[in-house]
Amino acid sequence: MVDATSGAAPLNGDPGPRYDEAPIIEVRDLTISYGRTPALRDITLDIYRHEIFGIIGPANSGKTTFLRALNRMDEFNPGMDVDGTIRINGKDINDWRNVYALRSRIGVVFPLPVGLPLTVYENVAFSPRLRGIRKKAQLDEVVERCLTRAALWDEVKDRLDSLGSLLSGGQQQRLTIARALSQEPELLFLDEFSIAVDPVTTMRIEDVLKELRSELTIVLVTNLVQQARRLADRTAFFLTGELVEIGATEDLFERKVEDERTTGYIEGRFG
Amino acid sequence: MFDATALNRRSYRAQGIAKAVFCLMTVALVVPVLLIIGTLIYKGGPAISWEFLFTPPRNGMTEGGVFPALVGTIWLVVVALLASVPVGVAAALYLSEYAPDNLLTRTINLAIINLAGVPSIVHALFGVGAFVHFFRFGTSILAASLTLAVMTLPVVIVATREALQAVPQAFREACWNMGATRWQTIRKVVLPNSISGILTGVILEVSRTSGETAPIMFTGATAFIVFLPESVFDQTMAMSYHLYYIATQQTGVPEEITFGVALVLIGIVLLMNAISIGFRVYLRGLKKW
Repeated sequence: MVDATSGAAPLNGDPGPRYDEAPIIEVRDLTISYGRTPALRDITLDIYRHEIFGIIGPANSGKTTFLRALNRMDEFNPGMDVDGTIRINGKDINDWRNVYALRSRIGVVFPLPVGLPLTVYENVAFSPRLRGIRKKAQLDEVVERCLTRAALWDEVKDRLDSLGSLLSGGQQQRLTIARALSQEPELLFLDEFSIAVDPVTTMRIEDVLKELRSELTIVLVTNLVQQARRLADRTAFFLTGELVEIGATEDLFERKVEDERTTGYIEGRFG
Repeated sequence: MFDATALNRRSYRAQGIAKAVFCLMTVALVVPVLLIIGTLIYKGGPAISWEFLFTPPRNGMTEGGVFPALVGTIWLVVVALLASVPVGVAAALYLSEYAPDNLLTRTINLAIINLAGVPSIVHALFGVGAFVHFFRFGTSILAASLTLAVMTLPVVIVATREALQAVPQAFREACWNMGATRWQTIRKVVLPNSISGILTGVILEVSRTSGETAPIMFTGATAFIVFLPESVFDQTMAMSYHLYYIATQQTGVPEEITFGVALVLIGIVLLMNAISIGFRVYLRGLKKW
């Protein structure tokens, strides 16, 4: 990406986001509070299939909270109170009786890499095993495919039996991505994935994400506005729990904004 | 420019005094331990032999060894472990991995801490009431072991809970995000990484259990019985009670034998602690993050 246009350029055979189809995620009047403090207020937005949806905003703007609500991780956070409607594939997430199936359809990558204290192989085979895949050959195939997709296979193929938690930070983050892909997810959430990753690895992961867009939908929370510009088709700007602006990434970066604060943040006048 | 000012000198002096006081206290802590062990080895050491360990006492306990007491202590410890480890580990798993943080769980946590503070003689009387009479186990290994189990439950629960909470929360979140249930997360990630801490807690419980006297003296231990126990409903001799008995109730026991018994008892405890420490060091080497 050297030109000024925003968003991932369509790769071969990638028709890009499906704005004419029903959205994969519909969020209506989402308000989330921790105790009495609201972390998010009245968020309403749609995310479409095969788009990379960027969310930018300074610290404490509710970006991570937003992601946690989407896969119902609030259940593990006593005191996190979610109000409003979230539909995934047209179905209210609270109507999913099997919340584990919901979560297994969503891959999540955290800010700091989490290599589980298992071997590299078992890290990636974890989710397939949860789905009941037992055959070694089948698991081998999934592990190789996901590690290759995450641009990690060449570096670890000779030490699949060493511990995932002992890889370097950048490798662990790609391992986390491989693990997320092993869920065969429809949705991939990335929460500031490049915080602990060097710039070269970041670029490699960004290339991977561009390729993945043809297969799944990506929600990219980032504190690097230029990363949103490089990757996101549309971008939302969150500020202290409010959705200030949502639009085509290109427009946001060309000052075609409704709220001056968006340009202010993007151009680094506050943050 | 780099000369010490008066303020500097004052703070150096204060620092020196603080260090000296702390060091003195540490020495004061070590001295009694060394004196106890030194005295036991000096006075009881000559009594220790294979014969001492593997023969019963003779002649009103003035001769012979400690074999029935040694076997009895092993019985008591094993049965107590069988009762307390499953209950304690399961309770800790529930409290740490499942229970919401509400009034009930906070009350239970408080109860556990209080249970740890109950004097052992009170546990003994509870054991008499509950296990000997109410459940009609009589004075038996079963009643004594259950009393010991109740008394050491807090040790197991607290050690297990600490071991579980040492596993980073990020590992759990990563599993949950993949759609793993709490139990799958526990089985595949949490338990394998906390087992060393749990086992350390269990071994510490063993050392505590083997040394306790009060909880068993009314519930299952007997001063002298020549037969080895054959089932959990038998009475038994035990090292700790045997020591109490020959030291205070029986006359004419040579000093050497009394100190020998104490030495064997403390040897068991120290051995258990050493195993526990060794185990912890070994497993820390295997730690995976």
